[in-house]
Amino acid sequence: MSEAKEYKYIGQRSIRPDGYDKVTGRAAYGADMSLPGMVWGKILRSPHAHANIKSIDTSRAEALQGVLAVATFADFPAQKGASKDLATNILANDKALYHGHAIVGLAATTADIAERALELIDVVYEVLTPVMDIRDAIKADAPLIDEKLMTVGLAEAPTSASNVAARQEFKKGDVEAGFAEADVIVEREYYTPTIHQGYIEPHACTVSYDEAGQSMIWCCTQGHFDVRAQTAGILGMSLSKLKVIASEIGGGFGGKTTIYLEPVALVLSRKAGRPVKMVMNRDEVLKATGPGSASRNWIKVGAKKDGTITAMQAKLYYEAGAFKDSPMMMGCMTAFTPYDVDNMYLEGYDVLVNKPKVAAYRAPGAPQAEYAAEMAVSELANKLGIDQIDLRIQNAAKEGTQTVYGPKLKAVGLVECLEAVKNSPQYKAPLKAGQGRGVASGFWFNIGGQSSVVLNMTPDGTGILVEGSPDIGGSRASMQLMVAEEMGMEPALFRPIIGDTENLAFSQGTGGSRTTFATGMACIEAAQDVIRQLKERAAAVWNVTPDQVEWAEGVAINTAGDDKLTCAQICKGAERTGGQISGRGNINARGAGPSFAVHLCDVEVDKETGKVDVLRYTAAQDAGKAIHPSYVEGQLQGGAVQGIGWALNEEYVYNEDGLLQNTGFLDYRIPLASDLPMIDAIIIEVPNSFHPFGVRGVGESGIIPPLAACGMAVSEAIDIQIVDLPCSPPNVLKVIQENS
Amino acid sequence: MAKIHVNTTINGEPTEFLCDPNDTLLNVLRYNLELTGTKEGCGSGDCGACSVTVNDRLVCACLVLGAEAEGAEVGTIEGVAEANQLSVIQTKFLEHAALQCGICTPGLIVSTQELLKENPKPTEEEARYFLAGNLCRCTGYDKVIKAVMDSAETLRGEA
Amino acid sequence: MAVVEYKVPQSLEEAVAMLSSGDQATKVLAGGTDLIIQAKAQNTDPLVVVDIKKINTMMGASIDGSGLTLGPSMPCAEFTAREDIKAVFPGLVEAAYLIGSTQVQGRCSVGGNLCNASPAADTIPALICNGAQCVIVGPNGERTVAAEDFVTGVAQNCMQQGELLKSIQIPQPAAKTSDAYLRFIPRTEMDIAVAGAGVSITLDDAGVCTAARVCIGAVAVTALLVPAAADALIGSTIDDAALQAAAEAASAASKPITDRRGTAEFRRHVVGVLTKRAAKIAADRAKEK
Repeated sequence: MSEAKEYKYIGQRSIRPDGYDKVTGRAAYGADMSLPGMVWGKILRSPHAHANIKSIDTSRAEALQGVLAVATFADFPAQKGASKDLATNILANDKALYHGHAIVGLAATTADIAERALELIDVVYEVLTPVMDIRDAIKADAPLIDEKLMTVGLAEAPTSASNVAARQEFKKGDVEAGFAEADVIVEREYYTPTIHQGYIEPHACTVSYDEAGQSMIWCCTQGHFDVRAQTAGILGMSLSKLKVIASEIGGGFGGKTTIYLEPVALVLSRKAGRPVKMVMNRDEVLKATGPGSASRNWIKVGAKKDGTITAMQAKLYYEAGAFKDSPMMMGCMTAFTPYDVDNMYLEGYDVLVNKPKVAAYRAPGAPQAEYAAEMAVSELANKLGIDQIDLRIQNAAKEGTQTVYGPKLKAVGLVECLEAVKNSPQYKAPLKAGQGRGVASGFWFNIGGQSSVVLNMTPDGTGILVEGSPDIGGSRASMQLMVAEEMGMEPALFRPIIGDTENLAFSQGTGGSRTTFATGMACIEAAQDVIRQLKERAAAVWNVTPDQVEWAEGVAINTAGDDKLTCAQICKGAERTGGQISGRGNINARGAGPSFAVHLCDVEVDKETGKVDVLRYTAAQDAGKAIHPSYVEGQLQGGAVQGIGWALNEEYVYNEDGLLQNTGFLDYRIPLASDLPMIDAIIIEVPNSFHPFGVRGVGESGIIPPLAACGMAVSEAIDIQIVDLPCSPPNVLKVIQENS
Repeated sequence: MAKIHVNTTINGEPTEFLCDPNDTLLNVLRYNLELTGTKEGCGSGDCGACSVTVNDRLVCACLVLGAEAEGAEVGTIEGVAEANQLSVIQTKFLEHAALQCGICTPGLIVSTQELLKENPKPTEEEARYFLAGNLCRCTGYDKVIKAVMDSAETLRGEA
Repeated sequence: MAVVEYKVPQSLEEAVAMLSSGDQATKVLAGGTDLIIQAKAQNTDPLVVVDIKKINTMMGASIDGSGLTLGPSMPCAEFTAREDIKAVFPGLVEAAYLIGSTQVQGRCSVGGNLCNASPAADTIPALICNGAQCVIVGPNGERTVAAEDFVTGVAQNCMQQGELLKSIQIPQPAAKTSDAYLRFIPRTEMDIAVAGAGVSITLDDAGVCTAARVCIGAVAVTALLVPAAADALIGSTIDDAALQAAAEAASAASKPITDRRGTAEFRRHVVGVLTKRAAKIAADRAKEK
């Protein structure tokens, strides 16, 4: 795909098909469903960060008028493997592992009664010393979060348990030899705090248990088929007996790829014999869902005087929360991937602490490691006296670059992004005294995977496009455009909807920047299936063979004559030519193209208070082909601002007892409209040859560069190297004062 | 706990409801009156997803008691479009792709309507500060602000 | 939240009666932007609320040659729109404007901010530096308390059961007097003050400071009047040396804590910076008078 193709519909900035419902308040989100006879479920949560649960007595609560059911871990069938960790996170077994860990679920006729009843549950705890930081957790004498946890991936099998769940390493070449060749070396340890995805919609579900028939879950999720699998796994249910409907979803960013409430709600519904609704409040969301890993990452990079980077080395420690499986491996795989360097060595450690089990957060694991790597590379550029962008261009990964994790890169757009930023108006604008500028790159793999789509044609020739990827940011519009392009028909003729788990075969959730790529491919395949059938029907009408029929611009053409039939005409006559027409695309998409991003950030720092003001921002990213440019820009801008929040003000603040101190949007400070300038988005299009239109996912890479772009900009503004995030006023002022 | 009988006006329609002294206006709207377009993001006035107007003043419905609606005029997102005809602001939000997930959108639209009523010609900075209480985690606010500024121009008849 | 009764008095007398009676916890509801959040945080304690917004005198403000009389529950959105008040007390109006978002401004009030008695309240330093007096009405009649004596601790004020803040009175400032309030927050909006400083300054015709009041917030259990900072300004032309001395006096007087909003060291330093900057603004304004 060397030449840019001309497209009729894709690339248009169409109005999203679900737009009307979303600007009028009609769209139904997680908390917007009510059922007849519905009652309310609430969760009692641990007031301790680390404690043995000696006993749970719910009798006083159950005696309260209006209380209908309680649920504890004992209500789940025996668990094993990953399902056991998930179940134990959803309701604690014998230990409370973090402040806010769910202990008991309870259902009552009203939310008020349920809340009052929670205070009547008697739990006896034996409080244990919490482990809140990587440095403490990896000490030999650290209190153990899981007494049976043996580190996997060590050269020698460990003989005793620890808080380190796993070690992994990736290497290519010989870093020692590489550093020996280097004229300049930068070596530092960087810190990134625990952060939250911060979706505005709290987790919510409404469920109805049906012993004989089919139970139902309505919930806000990035993947309702995954909710079905996870919930059925925990409750030992058959998949076909559980129907999950994805509501509209009010943000997820990875945090809604797992479950918290659904199995509890189903147990309560079974016991109460009533539908149950559960809605988290913000305090619960911050205490007990989603956070992204804090990390401590040591980086060493070396280069020759001419700018050739000769070696890159990393030792990465990621917090997993109270259960293993931080995205440490993703950190190892992404940290240095923007660079075509012969010698690399990365080690990663997965460390348990008494914090919530981490969940995916937009390019999970990449921002932490790439922050450290990009800060080091920028510092290297400064030491070499080479422009930050030029050093990156000189060493940039490109087609054929051997990655540290296995494959060689196919065509990628990193150099194009770097050059676009270098040529941007912002980069050409001079800074004033006291201002600073940072540049950083970001790499994310993107994924493909399984998507199922059905395109049901109606007798009037319009189509209902049933897809299984919850629309979290406008993807219906992209699906509509891709089907329209393939069919050669107006987008408005196709109505994309999100089917529930009964309407479609399994579809992976919206995550990994896969929806426009993989579900898009399934949509295209379903459209091709419809076209094939339309051609067959037209052939039947004309009494010719299907290969004598061509399809162009929404019309079947008889190449053996001069007959034409529109889609509408064929669909209208479908009853007479063999029944209604329905296309199908059930795929397991391979070949997701990585998306590189490069960001540029200008800041000003108030040196008396440490306050950072973002003055100007440019974000460039490779979209392969932008199906709907506005929503692609939106991904770049939204990712950039989440990253700015991570860089500047967001962090979990725990007290010495391991209790979370900022459990609301008042003190978990996500960026506001008034904190920001416009975010100039530059879409780069280096097509991905595995997608019919060249698409690369764009959802995630944009959150990676802001951490170092902001971090470096602050460093330049105060003329001191920043290492720890966030660059909050107290942290920045401390750095200034310590260095003055 | 005796229920309170409240007479109010919602989106121009006289409305009566019964509520507990304990019910917030947000819960009354969402659960007593099934007006679920007003969203709850935090319950503490920090996110603006529940922005509504009470007597032409922008407020967070989560920080108003249902009982306080007695005799008041309440405006919600459901009253912004007139007979299925989207308002200029709603149209501009769609044209500018100023929403991704859409959960903050009802609150942002109600707030934008109030902004432009108070200040038909806001600067970008004024718009950003007026809307600082409406958190959006998806868009980075860029397209939201573009939609607001374009709405202002259109409503002034300049575009 | 456990609000068990909602009462709407039509007069001050009725309000006092409602607040005096009953054995259940009874609280005044004005804008509710603190009260409802606090009630939500306490699930089970039954609470009676007395909504005083139907009492007209609680909701308005008047300003004349003798000073400002402020109805404590007047929404900040209305208060900050009053150009006549802003002309005389720009710092107080700025402080009121800083409370919360546009949505919160529609409900919150100066009196509510004062009665809530948060150490970080924005209007309290501004009221104190302007010499505000609090008129309290109760079962035993009226009494007046200086703003600096009104707040007695974290979330504690001097009012007894049955008492209600009836009005806030601020005397007309002397000639060539003005005020300023600055606070520090990590973002540009929506945060609670990490430190705050209110300053009122009177200049003579030569630009020499003849009187000053400096009050700092969010750096102790209550807002603190800092006479040493005022003394540093008095007699000076508000030059850099005087400003620096005032900053150091404010920092020295502060007794901050470390919490989720900032460290003690940070607060101590920044309150000095704010004092210096607010004093400069107040002095510049006083010169214009």
